[in-house]
Amino acid sequence: MSAATAAPTGSQDSARRGLNTWDSPWLNFKFLLGLSMIAIILLMAGAGPLGLYDTTRARVASAPLNLPPAWTNIDNPFFGEPDPEYPLGTDSDGRDLTAVLLVGAPRSLHIGLIAAGAGMLIGVVLGFSAGFIGGWWDAFVRTISDSIITIPALAVLIVISAFVKNLDVVILALLLAAFAWPGPTRLLRAQVLSMRERGYVQMARLSGANTFSILFREMLPNMLPYLAASLTGNVSGAILAATGLEALGLGPTRIPTMGMTIYHAMYVSALFRGMWWWWGMPIVALVIVFTGLFLMTVGLDEIANPRLRGIREQ
Amino acid sequence: MSELTLGYFLRRLGMWLLTIWIGATLIFTIPRLAPGDPITAMVERMIQQAGYIENSADLIEAWRARFGLDGPWHVQYRNYLLSMVRVDLGYSLANFPARVTDIIGRSLPWTLGMVSIATILSFCAGNLIGALMAWRRVPAFIRNILPVSLTFTSIPFFMFGILLISFLAFKWKIFPAFGNYGRGVEPGWNLDFILSVLHHGLLPVLSIVVTSMGFWALGMRGMMVTTDGEDYMILANAKGLRSRRIFWFYGIRNSMLPQVTALALNLGAVAGGSLLVELIFGYPGLGYFLYQAIISADYTVIQGIVFMLIVGVATAVLILDLLYPMIDPRITYSKGQA
Repeated sequence: MSAATAAPTGSQDSARRGLNTWDSPWLNFKFLLGLSMIAIILLMAGAGPLGLYDTTRARVASAPLNLPPAWTNIDNPFFGEPDPEYPLGTDSDGRDLTAVLLVGAPRSLHIGLIAAGAGMLIGVVLGFSAGFIGGWWDAFVRTISDSIITIPALAVLIVISAFVKNLDVVILALLLAAFAWPGPTRLLRAQVLSMRERGYVQMARLSGANTFSILFREMLPNMLPYLAASLTGNVSGAILAATGLEALGLGPTRIPTMGMTIYHAMYVSALFRGMWWWWGMPIVALVIVFTGLFLMTVGLDEIANPRLRGIREQ
Repeated sequence: MSELTLGYFLRRLGMWLLTIWIGATLIFTIPRLAPGDPITAMVERMIQQAGYIENSADLIEAWRARFGLDGPWHVQYRNYLLSMVRVDLGYSLANFPARVTDIIGRSLPWTLGMVSIATILSFCAGNLIGALMAWRRVPAFIRNILPVSLTFTSIPFFMFGILLISFLAFKWKIFPAFGNYGRGVEPGWNLDFILSVLHHGLLPVLSIVVTSMGFWALGMRGMMVTTDGEDYMILANAKGLRSRRIFWFYGIRNSMLPQVTALALNLGAVAGGSLLVELIFGYPGLGYFLYQAIISADYTVIQGIVFMLIVGVATAVLILDLLYPMIDPRITYSKGQA
């Protein structure tokens, strides 16, 4: 965000309070809250390797069956006694759901990050080149991205994984990326077109900067909030598709993921059997992930567009 | 009032064909890159069940020819595209005499009805809430709807569906958990049937509406804030126009177009998400039959349903594109735009 565009809305406030370092638009409450939610999920991956929790119990038949979470006092002969050893309970295949959460939730996030990152990379290259070169290349990129964006990614992925058994996590992420690039491409193209005629870009051009450095040193920094908002949006889109695939029983099967836990729970009708902790755990974990990403996207939108920030004071 | 030129129409039609062609090509190519083929896999499964099948190699060859899986790949591709053009999706592998088009014909109306009603409802409600959010003269309780509905926005449709089933269908038994209409209800144009369909459809529709409303509201709020700063809004105020008129005909009217664009761009995701909603609710639409086909490894049905889904979304986007001139007459469809 350049200081020039932020100034009009912030000028009165800053005059009253005096400028200080905490006026940075990046200190957006929603953005930071979302960021910390995501960070917590990512940090959970460390619990196993650091020996804080025995994550090998995420495997089948490594724990007693059907234990409710430790804090409940469910008295049902079909379930076991709640055991503090298994805080979130266990499922009917003998997986410790705490271990599944610690291993699976960061894994779901990883898939999304790889997919969205790769999609963003393609988007940066195509969007920049389309906006800058123009002509037939622009028309080509725009047409292709407009038609790919309407193809339901989940549906095509279902076809793929129905044929290819045991998809690798990285392969799955890259397949997801094949549907994640049109969004950033469109966004970047539009931004390049609008920035091309701005004063500072013309200034750079006049002072003899080459195209490459105009694109990456002049334009890219100004698009960071837009890019970041698009990235977080894509991460959650990719996780959504991956989770949907897993919930159909079509995802990678070697590592526990949140979608796979939902699949297992539905497969043995945990819903009918009242084992709410089984299907509830992945839903809560994913809701935290999605909410965190969503808060980041909204926060980044406000960082990028000062007008949205002002609305609170109305 | 609209200037729907032939050139614009043809360009949009071209986009529609391109989308379907790309989709069809993806569905054709990717399974062929994978090792193994479905026919061999199916015959192997039959051998496992029956113990021994005579002339299994001949059977594989005959079936390959039957399902168009023999010959070099460019011949296969040509035949495949030709059959897609004729809307001939072949036969189901798992339930052989059944044609894929019949299965789709039975399930498509349910998906179409449920998804379109849910999308229209959430689009209208979400946009209205979003527009009101950015409006200065609204009661406080409306302002509080957005943060609440936004908290649901990040939840995938089908997960919210699981929550709805567990509370409204199992715990309090207000709504049925499965199916499209009650047992013992005669399908037809009678009140019982219609009520039963509505009763069964409400939860799936609700799970889509509640989780997608906030998305539209958020976008509309941003657009309304921008529109509100325009000079013509100040002029409308100065002219002494009634607030209601300014809101609908100046505010919403001018903020609508990007939202319609966003709708066209998001239809694919909505359609994908609704597949899982149908599965969760046992709603006999495309998603439900797709899941059945996945379980029974019925590749022709999987391909057919996904192809129909791509065609459906592309057609919906085409219709939206053709409606544009009516929503915003400012856009002219001369060459180089659109």
